[in-house]
Amino acid sequence: MDTSLRSISDADDAAALQQEQAASHEEHGDHRLFGLTTFLVADGMTFAGFFAAYLTFKAVNPLPPGSTYELELVLPTINTVLLLVSSFTFHRAGSQCRAGQMASSRLWLLLTTALGAAFLAGQMVEYFTLPFGLRDNLFASTFYALTGFHGLHVTLGVICILIVWWQARSGGRITPSQHFGLEAAELYWHFVDGIWVVLYGILYLL
Amino acid sequence: MTIAHPTDLEPGLQPQGWLKYFSFSLDHKVIGLQYLVCGFVFYLIGGALAGVIRTELASPMADFVSRDTYNEVLTLHGTIMIFLWIVPVVNGAFGNYLIPFYVGARDMAFPRLNAVAFWLIPPAGILLISSYFLAGAASQSGWTAYPPLSLTTPAAGQIVWILSVLLLGGSSIFGGINFIATVLKLRRPGLKLMQLPMFCWAMLGTSILVVLSTPVLAGTLILLSFDIIAHTGFFNPQLGGNVVVYQHLFWFYSHPAVYIMVLPAFGLVSEILPVHARKPLFGYSTMVYSIMAIVVLGLIVWAHHMFTSGTPPWMRLFFTIATSFIAVPTGIKFFNWLATLWGGKIALNSAVLFSCAFIFNFVFGGITGVALAQVPFDIHVHDTYFVVGHFHYIVYGGSVFVIFASLYHWYPKFTGRLLNEDLGRLHFVLTFIGFNLCFAPQHWLGLNGMPRRVAEYDPAFTIWNQVSSVGALLMAISTIPLLLNVVLTALRGQPAGDNPWNALTPEWITSSPPPVENWIGEAPLVTEPYGYGVEPGTLELNRLRGQDLWASGKS
Repeated sequence: MDTSLRSISDADDAAALQQEQAASHEEHGDHRLFGLTTFLVADGMTFAGFFAAYLTFKAVNPLPPGSTYELELVLPTINTVLLLVSSFTFHRAGSQCRAGQMASSRLWLLLTTALGAAFLAGQMVEYFTLPFGLRDNLFASTFYALTGFHGLHVTLGVICILIVWWQARSGGRITPSQHFGLEAAELYWHFVDGIWVVLYGILYLL
Repeated sequence: MTIAHPTDLEPGLQPQGWLKYFSFSLDHKVIGLQYLVCGFVFYLIGGALAGVIRTELASPMADFVSRDTYNEVLTLHGTIMIFLWIVPVVNGAFGNYLIPFYVGARDMAFPRLNAVAFWLIPPAGILLISSYFLAGAASQSGWTAYPPLSLTTPAAGQIVWILSVLLLGGSSIFGGINFIATVLKLRRPGLKLMQLPMFCWAMLGTSILVVLSTPVLAGTLILLSFDIIAHTGFFNPQLGGNVVVYQHLFWFYSHPAVYIMVLPAFGLVSEILPVHARKPLFGYSTMVYSIMAIVVLGLIVWAHHMFTSGTPPWMRLFFTIATSFIAVPTGIKFFNWLATLWGGKIALNSAVLFSCAFIFNFVFGGITGVALAQVPFDIHVHDTYFVVGHFHYIVYGGSVFVIFASLYHWYPKFTGRLLNEDLGRLHFVLTFIGFNLCFAPQHWLGLNGMPRRVAEYDPAFTIWNQVSSVGALLMAISTIPLLLNVVLTALRGQPAGDNPWNALTPEWITSSPPPVENWIGEAPLVTEPYGYGVEPGTLELNRLRGQDLWASGKS
């Protein structure tokens, strides 16, 4: 066997080997966005399971008489618009960052945060004005489980945007050339946004 | 943009020697062995629980443990064996150890995520087992946790069970993300997908299943915990809920879970057989396509577990046909393995014995599986010991036999020492006889109507239950030569050299055990991992497709 292929169980050899490896060391590309995308596919499957459960319940489990509600559409529709707009503002923040306009990028990030927070506030208002609670019937439970699980995602997203906003300050770790955090948060935000559109469609419109 | 390699980041902080196996190590080889040893500890615990079950069933009355305890024991046994032994070992242990070698990388794509995925497992396992002592009573509703049973059994134990399975599911998803990224993105330049060793394809397929189906189980268990804690009615018929929806969502994960346990085993056998038969793996491309066919079909067969749950006729028809179709790609793989062995110079060592026993057991389990896919037969044997016999032939006769085969094959790579063949063959004989003695009679018991998950049964079933219990005892004894072998060999085994099997796959083209970054110098480019014992021209012939052979026959 080639002498260079010896075991490194010998502690003395370890240091020498590390130097050897550093010389021949190839760095590999950044696959974190690919990994995040795979994770979002998995996360999307969780929602898919919830949607499937909701649609099946709706199809085969009739609610007891007198317990069906017409959901108010005004507030959720405003909320949908808020989230859609926030996807555009986040995209703007990303392109500004890549163009080197960090100050402008941070403003767009703040705007996105505000839109996300407004969405959550709207969700809270809806929760407190709805005529049913978590345990009232199957529809009520599924409604809160679906919107709540999505709201949790939005909350996490808002926190992530704030972190990215902080990191994008001058001297922070996000720069026009190093902006993985911003890209990851943006991808995640678009995902949460897309899930809402489906959720809005089947929960409020269908 | 490039990122620095993690082993560069904390020089000197990583413990050396045996201590590194207890650390948050980022080395895929260390993590692989962590999975292996941790999984084996849980295998011993789950095996002891199986011992309790078989001791109880040696007599028709519940005289060894109480009926409630029996339910806790069978729940823990199933959950431990699936989520803490087979899934982590066939995926986490061998996947982590081998995949970076096979793609020509120095580590997995996300080493930190990899370590996190492993370190979720011991706490989850301890949590699960401690529920037996801490919460008064462990979960009693089986590894399926079907409501309304799981809503009426002790709540605390059920919640701990859910928490533990959620942690293990998270670990599994993180692992799956890592494998997909490593196989697809981390391949050494010049290495094409269709040149990868078969285990890479198996892990890619498995990881796709993990990523697509595990989250559905997680969501379902969250809804179930709402039913238990907040008394919502998702799956509670008394509150207007629907138990069948739980079953659909549960089996959407848990049927693919069978493939998550078995596909990596298929991949491992495909690595072991060519080496010891000194022949190329037969039908490489058909093997790849059948793995992917199993992935696709595996996602659309779940309701064959629910033929007695009031499924409508069209659903029964669809799922019967889809399930029967799975036999086709699986059969292709089996004929490929037989053709690989055919005319080979087979070394009949422990690794090959276990692999061949796997083929035998899995064909039997596969045949009963196709039988179970047929609605009329399934209705007859549903919830009987026939099903128990069937799935133990799949997960033990399939996956666990392959884990043992892989242990004998790769132990020299892990340690630089060969396992003792005499002890290995003793282990094999005891396991093979014990396993078949334990589970073959269960088919007969089930056909005659003995229900599963009961501590007491009709005395007419006594004799075959006792045969089964003797088999279980033999299986318990069979772990003794294995443990002796592993410990004695580690201490003073025969040095194996770097490549005792003269294998061609990339993990053998380095020292045993390998250096931290797998190879000193550049990673080797292995484009023909199965080019055994053939002249270059013959190898090309082996690669020909059917239509090429047709054409050459005419000319």
